Amino acid sequence: MNSGQGLQQSLLSSNDFELFNLPLTFNLNRQLLDERWKNLQRTAHPDNFSVQDTASQRIAMQYSVRINEAYLRLKLPLKRAAYLCELNGASIKAEENTRMPSEFLIQQMQWREQLEDADSFLEIGKLQQEVLAAKESAFARCEIFLDVDKHWTNAASEVRTLMFMERFEVDIDKRRDQLENA
Amino acid sequence: MALLQISEPGQAPDPHARRIGIGIDLGTTHSLVASVRSGIAECLPDADDRVILPSAVRYLPQGRREIGYQALSSQSSDPSNTIVSVKRFMGRAMKDIANAEEFPYQFLDTPGMLSLQTADGVKSPVEVSAEILATLRQRAEDTFADDIYGAVITVPAYFDDAQRQATKDAAKLAGLHVLRLINEPTAAALAYGLDNASEGIYAVYDLGGGTFDISVLRLSQGVFEVLSTGGDSALGGDDYDRALARYALDATGKKVLTDSDKSAVLVAARRCKEALSSENNVVFDALLSDGELRLNVSREVFEAQTQSLTQTTLSAVKKALRDAQITIEDIKGVVMVGGSTRMPMVQKAVGELLHCQPLNNLNPDEVVALGAALQANQLVGNNTDGNLLLLDVIPLSLGIETMGGLVERIVPRNQTIPTAMAQDFTTYQDGQTALALHIVQGERDLVKDCRSLAHFELRGIPPMAAGAARIRVTFTVDADGLLSVAAKEINSGVESQIEVKPSYGLSDEQITSMLQDSFHTAEIDKQARALAESRLEVDRMCLATNAALEKDAYLLAEAELENIKKLMKLALASKSLDDAIAIENATEALAKGTEAFAALRMNESIRQALSGKTIESL
Repeated sequence: MNSGQGLQQSLLSSNDFELFNLPLTFNLNRQLLDERWKNLQRTAHPDNFSVQDTASQRIAMQYSVRINEAYLRLKLPLKRAAYLCELNGASIKAEENTRMPSEFLIQQMQWREQLEDADSFLEIGKLQQEVLAAKESAFARCEIFLDVDKHWTNAASEVRTLMFMERFEVDIDKRRDQLENA
Repeated sequence: MALLQISEPGQAPDPHARRIGIGIDLGTTHSLVASVRSGIAECLPDADDRVILPSAVRYLPQGRREIGYQALSSQSSDPSNTIVSVKRFMGRAMKDIANAEEFPYQFLDTPGMLSLQTADGVKSPVEVSAEILATLRQRAEDTFADDIYGAVITVPAYFDDAQRQATKDAAKLAGLHVLRLINEPTAAALAYGLDNASEGIYAVYDLGGGTFDISVLRLSQGVFEVLSTGGDSALGGDDYDRALARYALDATGKKVLTDSDKSAVLVAARRCKEALSSENNVVFDALLSDGELRLNVSREVFEAQTQSLTQTTLSAVKKALRDAQITIEDIKGVVMVGGSTRMPMVQKAVGELLHCQPLNNLNPDEVVALGAALQANQLVGNNTDGNLLLLDVIPLSLGIETMGGLVERIVPRNQTIPTAMAQDFTTYQDGQTALALHIVQGERDLVKDCRSLAHFELRGIPPMAAGAARIRVTFTVDADGLLSVAAKEINSGVESQIEVKPSYGLSDEQITSMLQDSFHTAEIDKQARALAESRLEVDRMCLATNAALEKDAYLLAEAELENIKKLMKLALASKSLDDAIAIENATEALAKGTEAFAALRMNESIRQALSGKTIESL
């Protein structure tokens, strides 16, 4: 083997899908992903190198960190979708692209009001279900844009609305915490 | 099961010889050391056949000290010099101790971490803990009549960076090579899961003397994956004692007047609490300077007095389930750890909440040390055919302070470690050449509600218009759960980085000086020790590098192989020098020079790991 190119071929510089030896699609076999993750960590985790030389320990740390980073991005559907958009040149840039379809903005405002008024776990639960359903259909659209139509900018715009929804879910959790501690 | 190799006493250790790894549970009330012998993890007893070492250190004048049971026997007569529950003070400042007046100690509000005034001078909690650790190290060395290669030390999962760093410092001070810090509930799961060949999702409820942890883990084929963790690093059996003591004082109108009283009433409360685990009525009995305190306490009364404490733990359990994104039905079992789970009401409350019978077939006092021993055995390489893997998480979010005293989260809690996460920031003034970073840990939005870990500065940024600089701040959390932070201005490449330890941790110099103070090491010994250690490190490195070459030299081009051989020769030659720094430099050159080789080897083993799996899953 010509090792002069060894470092260029390093798995550290391959993309998340390549690192996990998975197809570049939004649709993903979660079980296979988890299995690969554990396999990769079994190989690269610093725990395997605690009696080895310093260089091996450093490399193990780098790889183990990189594997966890990729796993997290592949595991979470929204991050995976965003990553696929970026890989295909459709930037998400959520902070610059704040324009949303107006019906979605109205929906957002209604949800926020509902959350503020919610003062029982039942109401919060209901709202959470509603957001979950909206997310599921957005993900379904996203999957078609990414895996079938290969329409990256449409997918990116879907990703941006999903980011709003996930942020809202955090607020729902916060409200629940408040109620619990009240 | 592999047979244990026994070598002749005094025989030179060969590189493949069995190394001794120990697991230490450094607990609030008591500590244990365990090791794997003949394939079985067991706690090591002292000369009197007791495995438990009470976490108590009594300081006497002229550097004399008593540790463990001996110290404990003087707790009532010499309370201010007999330090118990020191774990509560690790990595903590004076302002963090809510009920300082209830402790019989003379606290000193020293910067970063508080310290204690004793008959033998000022002691930091790190030094007190080091005494306990050194006692356990000694016990292990006596047991094996050999040196210990390294130790796995357990910490509460909910310990923050300052508390973890303090624990690691204490271990260093006690002369231990720390293989890894692991979380107590994870250690318990390891001992429990391996014993019972369990698979599925389990909760570990760990209520110790001074800390409470809840961890949710998925166990599958030797992988222990922590899904979430939560808890309270200042809630434990001690608090049940204090609540009971307060109740007894209120009910009888007796007063605590002296340090001895403080200690006596807490000791009596603890005795009463423990008895109430098996009896329904117990007499609370303490001799105070205000007269004898006698009170009949029923289990119902005790439970009512401490109910809010148990309730606090249950809220944390619910939160951990939510963080793990699972429901109660997903939980296959709950493992009970820590002496405080002996209280029947705790067992009952946890069983009811999680709809399952709590698992407690392993001794709750020993299970953490046993798990740590199993992990130590794996880390030192004795368990070569084992396929144990711990994937733990960081318990508390890490972030930095931004404008207006707000926290910008960089690493959210429950991330699998090791991990590195980065965020870009910019300057807010024209021509700004430095950026001050304040690193904090915690879940709250305001900096003042989080724990401050460190301050550091990135200097030398070329003057630019406000908002033009791109400063990437990277947080790296290693497998011990310890943080280091690096900042880099992208356009100019100006960099700065620190291990996060200044405000609470100890610098290497402080550790060295403590080593000198507490163990009376002369300067010359210190140098001799550094020299011996650096030479040992050369041997260790060369052995490991040779082993790697033996296996994978084929990955290297001739010139690269020659270079590594040359660096090894230089490192070995440096051993004849009387200069630890020069030897360390040669070792570092070897380490740097073999990194590319290590990366090649890693790529190769990953390819093999993945290709093997692909065939299987096809």
